[in-house]
Amino acid sequence: MAILRGHLLGLEPLSSGQILALLDLAEEADRGHLPSHALRGRVVANCFFEPSTRTRTSFELAARRLGAEVVNFDPERSSVLKGESLVDTALTLEALGVDAVVLRHPCAGAPHQVSRSVRCSVVNAGDGMHEHPTQALLDLFTLRRAFGRVAGLRVVIVGDVLHSRVARSTWWGLSKLGAQVVFCGPPTLVPREFERLGATVCHRLEEALPGADVVMALRMQAERQAAGFVPSMGEYHRLYGLTPERLRRAGPAAVLMHPGPMNLGVEVTPAAAYGDRSLVLQQVRHGVAVRSAVLYDLLAHQAEAAGPQPLERRELALSGSGRP
Amino acid sequence: MEAAQDLELAGLEGRLLLKDVRVLDPASGLDAEADVWVERGRIAAVVSRAAPTATDLRTTAVLDLRGLVLAPGLVDIHVHLRQPGQTHKEDIASGTLAAARGGVTAVVCMANTSPPLDSPTALAAVREWSRGASARVYAVGSVTKGLEGRELSPLASLAAAGAVAFSDDGRWVQDAGLLRRALLYAKSLGLPVLQHCEDPALSAGGVVHEGEVSARLGLRGVPRSAEEAALARDLVIAGDVGAHLHVQHVSTAGAVRLLRQAKERGVPVTAEVTPHHLTLTDEAVEGYDPNFKMNPPLRTAEDVEALVEGLRDGTVDCVATDHAPHAPWEKLVEFEHAPFGVVGLETLLGVVLTRLVHQRGWRLVDALAKVTCEPARVLGLEAGRLGVGGPADLVVFDPAQEWVVRPEEFASKAQNTPFAGWTLRGKVLGTLLGGRWTYLEPDLVRRRLVEVAG
Repeated sequence: MAILRGHLLGLEPLSSGQILALLDLAEEADRGHLPSHALRGRVVANCFFEPSTRTRTSFELAARRLGAEVVNFDPERSSVLKGESLVDTALTLEALGVDAVVLRHPCAGAPHQVSRSVRCSVVNAGDGMHEHPTQALLDLFTLRRAFGRVAGLRVVIVGDVLHSRVARSTWWGLSKLGAQVVFCGPPTLVPREFERLGATVCHRLEEALPGADVVMALRMQAERQAAGFVPSMGEYHRLYGLTPERLRRAGPAAVLMHPGPMNLGVEVTPAAAYGDRSLVLQQVRHGVAVRSAVLYDLLAHQAEAAGPQPLERRELALSGSGRP
Repeated sequence: MEAAQDLELAGLEGRLLLKDVRVLDPASGLDAEADVWVERGRIAAVVSRAAPTATDLRTTAVLDLRGLVLAPGLVDIHVHLRQPGQTHKEDIASGTLAAARGGVTAVVCMANTSPPLDSPTALAAVREWSRGASARVYAVGSVTKGLEGRELSPLASLAAAGAVAFSDDGRWVQDAGLLRRALLYAKSLGLPVLQHCEDPALSAGGVVHEGEVSARLGLRGVPRSAEEAALARDLVIAGDVGAHLHVQHVSTAGAVRLLRQAKERGVPVTAEVTPHHLTLTDEAVEGYDPNFKMNPPLRTAEDVEALVEGLRDGTVDCVATDHAPHAPWEKLVEFEHAPFGVVGLETLLGVVLTRLVHQRGWRLVDALAKVTCEPARVLGLEAGRLGVGGPADLVVFDPAQEWVVRPEEFASKAQNTPFAGWTLRGKVLGTLLGGRWTYLEPDLVRRRLVEVAG
């Protein structure tokens, strides 16, 4: 029985049972227990509308290790900026006969819109500021390896939560599995609304850190300074930059995570990033196992269970259905 | 009778008797079973239990409208007809046909066409194109040249060319001094300035309401303060110069409070609310469907409640659709890239009756007032009332009939409605403009035509 229903669009719609089952499957993948021919004859399209190194590479490795073919679809970036190519891309991929589209897109919701227009599976590899579910799964996988569990952990996520799809997906994964989440960062970059979803929001790092099992730094982009969210990157680093000294203020066994790519000297110092408390490289390594599990779950079961539903109303495929 | 012939309507114009109908006129408070006689485009008589004479029968079509309501044609003071310049989205012909379908006989079209309505020539062109349209078309002139927010348009010349108000709709007149001068100037012409209250420094590229939903969906939010800060400033300026400011598409509870306080202080302000802001919340955006993307954005249930209450107590004067048609391909893109706006003319009455009368228990006459005489009063239009001697701009509807919103059947060129698939209660069956049927449901003729004489 497949764990996912046709697509992986985000962690918000998944149950804790589904997430745990995916992590178990990723364990199998990591131990080499998934058959290397499981996806023979299947075609996975990597469709990245934004640059990516580790996500794209690990999806490709994952697909190849299971015997799938991989095509890299390179959208014309200039037309993406005009917002013209989503429908075209969806229909082109369908016409190419791919079984799964791995989609990275600068617009939130793009994978949801594509999933309504194509028959194949859609895997969200990061959509705008919305979700990045496989990144969150590999974070959860890494935490489970390091601590033996996720439930009960205190996780402090530091930085630009507002613009971070990693923060959103990781929040859903952690909260569904029973971890305690603290968002910490400048008030301009940590939406108050997360408190209503059940997270703790804190703007002072020294208050957030004590008792933390995990400190997760988010990427802080230089353009946030230009847009006026923070006065300067230097001030950001002074307030929120993660150093070995600050990590020591967290719990005695606290670990550091970062989704990458890192801005060393901004959100994290090299000594912290590559120190003995850092799980950063393990995160990268686990990316392949987690993505293998997702592709395996979506594609290996297609013969036995119904895949995504066929198109019924092509002309309205990108619209949701209204309801009274 | 064949359907095609039904709609030829020749036999149903000229002298017409609408028999045994519930006549509702919110302006006068009339609510009675009566017969209404239409002759040469005007309402000739409103008579209880009139019996047509033999002479009349020879020249009169008689429709038995028992169980239906006859009311003044609806007035929509916020419509985008897209002509000139964007006629792939809509034009005056298709937009007024959509109005007729919705029971609307008077529309006020906005100035943000391409080029904008910032000159007497442009207004004259709109008037020319509106000849033979399926609704009366009133036009707004822009407040500033090119909608650029820098120099005043020739307001007096625009007024002389028929502008019924001034607005840079879609863009807030941001320069406070400029707005103040515009209000002073417009006041001397006896016309209001219509403001789209949104401080762009606060909306900052947002596409949905800033709140829990935007946080979850990863979409940039527009805080309530973007509207309320702009509104508060404008209310102060309007109060200062004592000029009529009309506030477009109010969307927040705080804006309703600001309006209430301003009206209590005696500021000459009026306001409108859209059917979608009275009905939907930001949760509708969950599926990233661009048909729920409009400006201002859908807010929360608390805001919806405040808007309904504000409309009820008169803080908000009327309902206007902000009918904003876009071509299907323009909306079939990523949510963030899709243009703002939804169509509203063809669902106006259905949504208002469903929401206010059937769900909230409003009296029919009170709900109708918000889409007839009240919007007409706001802009001083000779419309939205039903009286002997007045033009026969009328709507026939069944307040209880349910129907399903099917965008593919719209008369509008556009289908970008947030109400697709909804079942609404209250259906327009026929629309008369100056005594001519601009819309007539074939079924109405088939089942209700008593006879055509002459």
